[in-house]
Amino acid sequence: MAKSQEQLQQTRSATSLIYDPKFRSYAFQILLLIGLVAFGWWIFNNTVTNLQAQNKTTGFDFLGNTSGFNIGFTLMEYDRSSTYFDVFKVGILNTLLVSVIGIVLATVLGFIIGVARLSSNWIIARLATVYIEVFRNIPLLLQLFFWYFAVLKTMPSVKNSIEFVTGSVYLNNRGLYVPDPQPNDSFVWVQLAIVAVIIGGYFLNRWSVRRFEQTGQRFPFVPAFIGMLVVIPAIVWMVTGAQIALDYPVLERFNFAGGIQIPPEFVALLFGLVIYTAAFIAETVRAGILAVSDGQTEAAQSLGLKNSDRLNLVIIPQAMRVIIPPLTSQYLNLTKNSSLAVAIGYPDIVNVFMGTALNQSGKAVEVIFMTMMVYLTLSLLTSVVMNIYNARIALTER
Amino acid sequence: MTDTSFAYVRNEMLGEQPAPSTSKGLVGWLRQNLFSDIPNSIMTIVGILFLAWFLPPIFNFLVTHAVFPWSVDNTVEACRTEEAGACWIYVVDRFNFFIYGFYPSESYWRVNICFLLGIVTLVPLLWPDLPHKGLSAIGFFVVMPVATFFLLNGGVFGLTEVPTEKWGGLTITLIIATVGIVASLPIGIVLALGRRSHMPFVKYVCIAFIELWRAVPLITVLFMASIMLPLFLPEGTTIDKLLRALVGVSLFSAAYMAEVVRGGLQALPKGQYEAADALGLNYFKAMYLVILPQALKHVIPGIVNSFISLFKDTSLVSIVGLFDLLNTVQATTAQVEWKSPHQATTGYLFAAAMFWVFCFGMSRYSMYMERRLNTGHKE
Repeated sequence: MAKSQEQLQQTRSATSLIYDPKFRSYAFQILLLIGLVAFGWWIFNNTVTNLQAQNKTTGFDFLGNTSGFNIGFTLMEYDRSSTYFDVFKVGILNTLLVSVIGIVLATVLGFIIGVARLSSNWIIARLATVYIEVFRNIPLLLQLFFWYFAVLKTMPSVKNSIEFVTGSVYLNNRGLYVPDPQPNDSFVWVQLAIVAVIIGGYFLNRWSVRRFEQTGQRFPFVPAFIGMLVVIPAIVWMVTGAQIALDYPVLERFNFAGGIQIPPEFVALLFGLVIYTAAFIAETVRAGILAVSDGQTEAAQSLGLKNSDRLNLVIIPQAMRVIIPPLTSQYLNLTKNSSLAVAIGYPDIVNVFMGTALNQSGKAVEVIFMTMMVYLTLSLLTSVVMNIYNARIALTER
Repeated sequence: MTDTSFAYVRNEMLGEQPAPSTSKGLVGWLRQNLFSDIPNSIMTIVGILFLAWFLPPIFNFLVTHAVFPWSVDNTVEACRTEEAGACWIYVVDRFNFFIYGFYPSESYWRVNICFLLGIVTLVPLLWPDLPHKGLSAIGFFVVMPVATFFLLNGGVFGLTEVPTEKWGGLTITLIIATVGIVASLPIGIVLALGRRSHMPFVKYVCIAFIELWRAVPLITVLFMASIMLPLFLPEGTTIDKLLRALVGVSLFSAAYMAEVVRGGLQALPKGQYEAADALGLNYFKAMYLVILPQALKHVIPGIVNSFISLFKDTSLVSIVGLFDLLNTVQATTAQVEWKSPHQATTGYLFAAAMFWVFCFGMSRYSMYMERRLNTGHKE
């Protein structure tokens, strides 16, 4: 009897260790850690052996070496004597350029189409639906191929360029030629004036909101701000005698001289990204607007708010709360999708750094690591910024 | 006083009048939906003008001026004329290449059987009213992939071996999509459960994995898979190009799947977890019997949506040199024998139509499921 009880206790203590959730959780985590470290070590070991077998060194020293290749479209000083690190920077700048412009345009187009899809006008709503269903169900890469190879590459040759605004904008199979604005030295005052108006507008907005909350008196902020933005720089412009000389593209014997040449790769990539992403943003916007219940509209109407107030004070703030999180992920998607540039030859980071620079230098591990870090950083930065914004507009529950 | 016979008071009911002609029928519909007020009318007119400007050229290009196999003049010369539209005869001629890639033509039947097998195993899984979902799941997730692999690859049962370099076209697109779906769902579920685990180390490993894959574009993952995977494996191991892409696509979409599944797990009320604990179920039983069936049902539309983006993303493997549907089309757009002004456009339109049919079908299915599940919750 005593023995059996002792046995019972023993089994109990034995089982209690195995069945102790704490012990099990620690054991499992330690096992996972060991497994991961072993796996990582195995991969590391294999990589080192493989690289040694191929007589390759590792390290980031190659970034200082001369790249020796040209890049067709750069935002900074670059030529073939520049280093791989310059290639890296050129790539990042080009990726950012197309992403930022793409995000702005896709947001505008997406909001228009999203609202259009909810329009009470049958034709407009149908057109928006067709747009969304067509463009979001076709792979972006295919759309890029279409814009690049089927549209822009079949544009007329330089001699037969399509002229848009007489003598200033030309489109041909080498790209889009637009005038190059060349401001003189005193133009900096106009730029300063614009910055000053924007800063002033921020404080004016704060003041008008505070006054509205305290006294209920309204201040027409938007028209006032737009007026200031036009009038003040215009006055400065006239007073300082600033000028913008436009450098027009001129057809010479073989090509255009002067102006800015926007390469067809950039145009195709931007077109593809904007049209594709706008379809997704439109759906996001539609979902956000539909998420605001009819009761809110009715409540606003029964308070006697006029239409614009109803939209600005009741509907849009609530819809934005639903729209912002998925909109963030669409922005990130657009940035990531800009890497498809490699397929049509726009020199973004994947194309010039992960493509050409990797092939020339052979530093696969380092180059891929750096490229992934760029996207990771962009991704985290966008998330942080949008999370801050989201927290500001989030519902404050009491 | 009791005399109520005022001459001007009607004391019998009037018969029902038909609704005014402006508020019913075609006119009423037009007034309500197209011309309700001035801005609306302007938009309608702009919309009609847009359609009138946009549709006829498209129709002419696709049908009237297009060169079909049954056209009077169905040679490539007809495609090269000034006013010729889409060159459909080029698509018809290259059709087998678009579907089968470089697969030997005497073995096309093997690919066809695989397509058939895919449909036969997929339908019982998707049809909500059919019973034995477990069995159909085994059919689609286990039997079909294995059978497809042996059929396509050959080398057994007297079938000639066809190396994966010869696979291509729609076949490889569907293979990558299916493998991605089959592999990413279980991996995604494990990752999602791991992310919600109470064990901090497990949780952070899963978060790191998910966020890393989600932060980078698929194209870098594919590059990594095709360049770094051979470096990671022991010296001398060669790894098939298709397999590299499959690994990349699967891990990538698993991370997205994990986030979808996590949404479903979060949507479940806490009471479900507590109820499973109170029944004395262990972790795996609780997940398998109580949590996952409900959570996954919640997010079926999300899962289908990530299948759609996976399907579209398969087109990216063409950048790392696999001949998927898009790449087979792209490869023929410059073929000299079909050289004509609209060759590329026609090819892209064909590929777009193929992709569109699959993606649109999936999205309609997801909407159908959403409606079905919604009514289920309201009852």
